[in-house]
Amino acid sequence: MNGHLLLEILVAAIGAGTPFVYAALGELVTEKSGVLNLGVEGMMLVGAICGFIGMAKTGSLLVAVLAGMGAGMAMALIFGVLTLTLMANQVASGLALTIFGVGLSAFLGLTYTSIALPGVPALPIPWLSDIPVLGPLLFSHDILIYGSILLYAAISGFLYRTRAGLILRGLGEAPESAHALGYNVIGIRYLAVLFGGAMAGLAGVYLSVAYTPMWVEGMTAGRGWVSLALVVFATWRPSRVMLGAYLFGGITILQFHIQGFGIDIPSQLLSMLPYLATIAVLVLISRNRQTIRLHSPASLGIPYHPQS
Amino acid sequence: MLRIEARPGPSKTMRYLSPLIAALLMLVSGLVIFTLLGKDPGRAFHAFFVEPVNDLYGIGELLIKASPLMLIGTGLAVGFRASIWNIGAEGQLTVGAICGGTVAIWLAQVQAGWLLPLMILCGGLGGMLWAAIPALLRTRFHANEILVSLMLNYVAILLLALLVHGPLRDPEGYGFPQSILFGEAATLPVLVEGTRLHAGVLVSLAGVLAGWILLEKSFLGYQIRVAGLAGRAADYAGFDRSRLIWTGMLAGGLAAGIAGVLEVAGPIGQLIDSVSPGYGYAAIIVAFVGRLHPGGIVLASLLMALLYLGGESGQMNLDLPAAVTGIFQGLLLFYLLAADFLINYRLVPGRRATGGRQ
Repeated sequence: MNGHLLLEILVAAIGAGTPFVYAALGELVTEKSGVLNLGVEGMMLVGAICGFIGMAKTGSLLVAVLAGMGAGMAMALIFGVLTLTLMANQVASGLALTIFGVGLSAFLGLTYTSIALPGVPALPIPWLSDIPVLGPLLFSHDILIYGSILLYAAISGFLYRTRAGLILRGLGEAPESAHALGYNVIGIRYLAVLFGGAMAGLAGVYLSVAYTPMWVEGMTAGRGWVSLALVVFATWRPSRVMLGAYLFGGITILQFHIQGFGIDIPSQLLSMLPYLATIAVLVLISRNRQTIRLHSPASLGIPYHPQS
Repeated sequence: MLRIEARPGPSKTMRYLSPLIAALLMLVSGLVIFTLLGKDPGRAFHAFFVEPVNDLYGIGELLIKASPLMLIGTGLAVGFRASIWNIGAEGQLTVGAICGGTVAIWLAQVQAGWLLPLMILCGGLGGMLWAAIPALLRTRFHANEILVSLMLNYVAILLLALLVHGPLRDPEGYGFPQSILFGEAATLPVLVEGTRLHAGVLVSLAGVLAGWILLEKSFLGYQIRVAGLAGRAADYAGFDRSRLIWTGMLAGGLAAGIAGVLEVAGPIGQLIDSVSPGYGYAAIIVAFVGRLHPGGIVLASLLMALLYLGGESGQMNLDLPAAVTGIFQGLLLFYLLAADFLINYRLVPGRRATGGRQ
């Protein structure tokens, strides 16, 4: 393998990893507040089709992004009402959200399956993009990829350097204490759930508008579920989410390149790679029970109600 | 004004009423959706929920679709009761279909009565094997069974595609991704003339009965219930947690695997690259709407089967998109989860309680 090809693969891995970055960082914030939303796949799909429709109708990326984020938030709101207000089981509600999202997105996308969008142009940063290797690797992407990196910086800063971030994390560890201190546990959890929904929706927009600018039923192909696994893999730390996201981006890309190397493997076997890799990293990280117990928010998945 | 008040204990009435409320709300939403789509709601309702089952053939189709749903739903309920979340039934069904189907293809010359039971056995074992992976990774490495079982769905479906595009493809099938048609001895007999209702329904009902005995009449079933209601209590009582995980996962895998064989040996009659219209996911809803009880699951499977048929009929007669079925399925589960609030809480007239009684 020559250096040029390696660089090409790395650049592509960043693109392929970006939906994971958005969705997993969003879910990370939701889970930090103590809520487990398994509906990422559904929110992502609905975000993808709504963003696609927005782009197809107006040609404006901004409209597409807002439509996708809005759709993801609307989905997350359903989840919030069920689990936070009505105290329904979070696992069941998340599954319901995904099943609903798969159906709703297929329905909304019926008349959009044969349309191709122009995609989102790359936006090389002047000067920086001319640096050899680093230029194409880091400074020649489209605006949504830059946005995902800014999002990482913002979330890291928010969680570990602001008071609000501290409150959010505290809420996920001990909601009773947060409540006793006078914080509105349910209200803050709503915000965290809605943020997760918006980011899952944005991940969907990136897929349908920038990464592969078209709409295909079920086009997320399990990326929402992989994002959930990435949060575990990252042991709830943003920097490791990034690492995992690009690693999985690389695995996704690799399946296209392996055939290019002239190795004769059936395409279906290669398509299994990301799913098998997800299982492998889950096993690796969960093997030591202490790791998970130390890092996962203590109240994750447990319903909380101030009155009870 | 209405006020929310905690009930002194969970309401038994609401436990059974809540699925009915959910079904009713779903039907009302259906009318709204039909109207929004510009269809006459009355006519659309008729086409979706009545027309598919107003003759004997339609009833047969309803039972054909309900059959895998009730079988898988019962199997999943064993795990769900113990809070073991197997959401890999779609993959377990697929692997069951692959195993049973491969037997039928390899033994295509056999014309004996033992062929079908052998296929069902192999399919059940295949489903269990697929479910054993998340069970093993959970008990041995503490890996989350939800994510592992879900990932394996994608792997199983790709495996099926690989096989029907390659080793199991019909050499005289003009390159279509499908196997040879199963022989008569590998095909489930039709029960009622004039319908497609096949003997697989009887197998499913037997499976539901077995599930009922396990869940309601056995000590293991009692342990499962305790583990689901109060994990700590089950630990203190000395119930083996990993045995419950294995039981929960394998029951779902067995049921889904058998359902997979019944699909390919019944309505499909060969291996093709898609053997299930999402039965493995729909069965999760069936299990919940059926209150994780085999009796309720049978009823819920009929309702869910009607949604599938309605989707097909609406598409043919009214040009309604088939994707409406998925929306209905999701709504049904949303409404159920929402209505379940009323099991532990009630609405009483009066002003919203403020401050003092928090």
